[in-house]
Amino acid sequence: MKLSHAVFEKHSLVLLIGILIVVAVGGLVEIAPLFWLSSTVEKVQGMRPYTPLELAGRDIYLREGCYNCHSQMIRALRDEVERYGHYSLAAESMYDHPFQWGSKRTGPDLARVGGKYSDEWHLAHLVDPRSVVPESIMPGYPFLAARKLEAGDIAERLKADRAVGVPYTDEMIAKAKADLEAQAVAESGGAAELAQRYPKAVVRSFDGDPEKLTELDALIAYLQVLGTLVDFTKFDAAGPNLR
Amino acid sequence: MAYEDVKTYAAMAGLLIFIALFVGVLIYAFWPGNKARFEEARNIPLEQDPEDPAPRGDNGR
Amino acid sequence: MQSTPMRDEFAALSDVLAIAGAVIGLLLGITLAMLAADEVMGFHAVLFAAASAAALVFLVGNAFGTGSLAGPNYQPEVRFYADNVIKAGVVATVFWGIAGFVVGDVIAWQLAFPALNLDLPWTSFGRLRPLHTSAVIFAFGGNALIATSFYVVQRTSRARLAGRWSPWFVFWGYNLFIVIAATGYVLGVTQSKEYAEPEWYADLWLTVVWVVYLLVFLGTLSRRKEPHIYVANWFYLAFIVTVAMLHIVNNLAWPVSFTGSKSVILYAGVQDAMTQWWYGHNAVGFFLTAGFLGMMYYFIPKRADRPVYSYKLSIVHFWSLIFLYIWAGPHHLHYTALPDWAQTLGMTFSIMLWMPSWGGMINGLMTLSGAWDKLRTDPVMRFLVVSVAFYGMSTFEGPLMSIRAVNSLSHYTDWTIGHVHSGALGWVAMISFGAMYCLTPWLWRRPSLYSMRLVEWHFWISTLGILLYITAMWVSGITQGLMWRAYDALGFLQYSFVETVEAMHPYYVIRAIGGLLFVAGSLIMAFNLWMTARRTVAEAGEAELGGAQPMPAE
Repeated sequence: MKLSHAVFEKHSLVLLIGILIVVAVGGLVEIAPLFWLSSTVEKVQGMRPYTPLELAGRDIYLREGCYNCHSQMIRALRDEVERYGHYSLAAESMYDHPFQWGSKRTGPDLARVGGKYSDEWHLAHLVDPRSVVPESIMPGYPFLAARKLEAGDIAERLKADRAVGVPYTDEMIAKAKADLEAQAVAESGGAAELAQRYPKAVVRSFDGDPEKLTELDALIAYLQVLGTLVDFTKFDAAGPNLR
Repeated sequence: MAYEDVKTYAAMAGLLIFIALFVGVLIYAFWPGNKARFEEARNIPLEQDPEDPAPRGDNGR
Repeated sequence: MQSTPMRDEFAALSDVLAIAGAVIGLLLGITLAMLAADEVMGFHAVLFAAASAAALVFLVGNAFGTGSLAGPNYQPEVRFYADNVIKAGVVATVFWGIAGFVVGDVIAWQLAFPALNLDLPWTSFGRLRPLHTSAVIFAFGGNALIATSFYVVQRTSRARLAGRWSPWFVFWGYNLFIVIAATGYVLGVTQSKEYAEPEWYADLWLTVVWVVYLLVFLGTLSRRKEPHIYVANWFYLAFIVTVAMLHIVNNLAWPVSFTGSKSVILYAGVQDAMTQWWYGHNAVGFFLTAGFLGMMYYFIPKRADRPVYSYKLSIVHFWSLIFLYIWAGPHHLHYTALPDWAQTLGMTFSIMLWMPSWGGMINGLMTLSGAWDKLRTDPVMRFLVVSVAFYGMSTFEGPLMSIRAVNSLSHYTDWTIGHVHSGALGWVAMISFGAMYCLTPWLWRRPSLYSMRLVEWHFWISTLGILLYITAMWVSGITQGLMWRAYDALGFLQYSFVETVEAMHPYYVIRAIGGLLFVAGSLIMAFNLWMTARRTVAEAGEAELGGAQPMPAE
């Protein structure tokens, strides 16, 4: 076979285009519908965006790589539901950029850890896990208790979330700094306003020291809200094309 | 159209398209006219390279 | 034979463009360093500026001062093939391999003995685990793929790499990306998407590097003197193109500030989960499989000195593999809030994947038919062939684990970790070791490796390490999965979570010992390759040194 050089040059481009078409199909079919299907975009009563303090805590959860050992996705299996609670709904992670479902349970699932343990337990456990669970293999995080929470850019942080679709209002963004402090430093006032913007938001000093706002305050605030927003005594799973 | 219908038609259409594509690849691979070209291509790594007097060294020989 | 393969005007233009690029990089780095909103961004901007400055000094010296920088008698080594960048790639592969294996073994010991986390931010498991995965996948695997793809595409096209500085830009740019990503993890900068942890600015930089990589590869193919594009290049091309697509789509993010390190991923919840595992599973399918199959299709025939078993099979293998792989992602999300139809698609395609995977394995193994004795006589051949056997094993295990019922047991447990490592250590690392053992004497023009006996040692030590690793993880994974779902006679869950953690301890110790053996093997390889490049041979009579050509100083 004798062909000119030009055709062969095209040939590598033809190959390139062929590969692109072949590998694009799967992703399109599997990903695109998820942005429209009712089971994946439906809203469930109770879901709200994170408060500024919870969001700051979530960023610490991401920073320390907690997702490497903890899932936040209770599968629809009998033992999981009995161990961890109601199976996770798509809507429960609708404000999670990125999702934190995880892939490994070196430690237990955390999707509904909120309210399961006291703040004091979390404080002791995060500083020294083996002081409350002797067999635990979790790293200790004493430095979180010592570090002041750096949240100077919390309003910008909320704005970035809004840019990708989280429904933070102008008011929420304007009051972000105040809300952050109101939630962990009880004396600062503003608790009522916070609760109005973020229903069910818990106001208290999470790390037991109301004087200082630490990274531990934020992280515990985040852990304590996980899985608590949807009221499953009222939830009806019998929607069409819902699992 | 109901979700179930879309799902059924999409699955059917997908199945047919994939089978057609796979048969196409098989025909291309086994087309007698392509045999000589593939044979040439198959030997590319082993040809003596005038530009590179052999990867010297222990080549399993 | 030839004079310089490029015209002088072209070389001059390349120099000017490269210098301009380095100046832009330097200015960008300095600007970002001054405006940086947080310390890590500042540190990375300084790093970027320093790398640009180093490139600038080198390029200016090369363009204007051959006399001053490289000595008065400097003669640029003009060979037909651009091999120096591949040599650099071999060195980087071995270096990052050892670094990644060591970090992996450290975190394995941390799981057995948590005190080793030291309770410091920079040494805790959560930050070191991404360091390990990125170091082995992207630093070790990526450098191995770049180096071998540059070698294979030149040899099978009979053409020099396209671009004067572009291949070097790909090499250094990619390694700069790795350093930025790795230091970022340790300092707490992460997107927290598995295997896609680097933040937005590192992702942008990788995109630039990757596009140049694609252009170099395509450019080399387009100037080839062979009428055909050899099948290994198909696999390499699919790897480059698909990884570009996956990387861009999965990492779309909105920075909190354009001078800060933090960003927010575009997708949320279930959409993000699907996108992430579409990416994650195809990082396996295209980075760790297609790319390394390219390696297999060149190095096994070359080493065995026989053509690949069936070229027809390789064509069917190629198209069905890349078509099927891209669908398999949802098997990471069985029984989750992802819709059932997507889970079913993922499972079905994963099971179908078994066929092309084994087609490829058969094609690789049968290439040796009639020359099986090489398996006994050539330990390098043994690395290559055993890697394909491990590939066959993990690509059988994978479809099995993608079945919903099996996955309900295996998911979230160490079985997954064991499965990944039978592929990563057995397939990816071993075929890379084989390729490095081939390439080092070929590139440095040595008559043979320093010592074949050390290759034997490396082979047996690392094989033993892998077996300890994966058997420990099978037992621990299945044990833990069964304990989680065990009920007592009264119908209550039998074990608390922490009891299942406690039960893992012995297996974690065995796994860490297996990892240690694997590290030891890689150190033996590094020594062997180093001595080979230094041009020495250990065993007298094993090879003749006489044929070696004197090397020009580099």
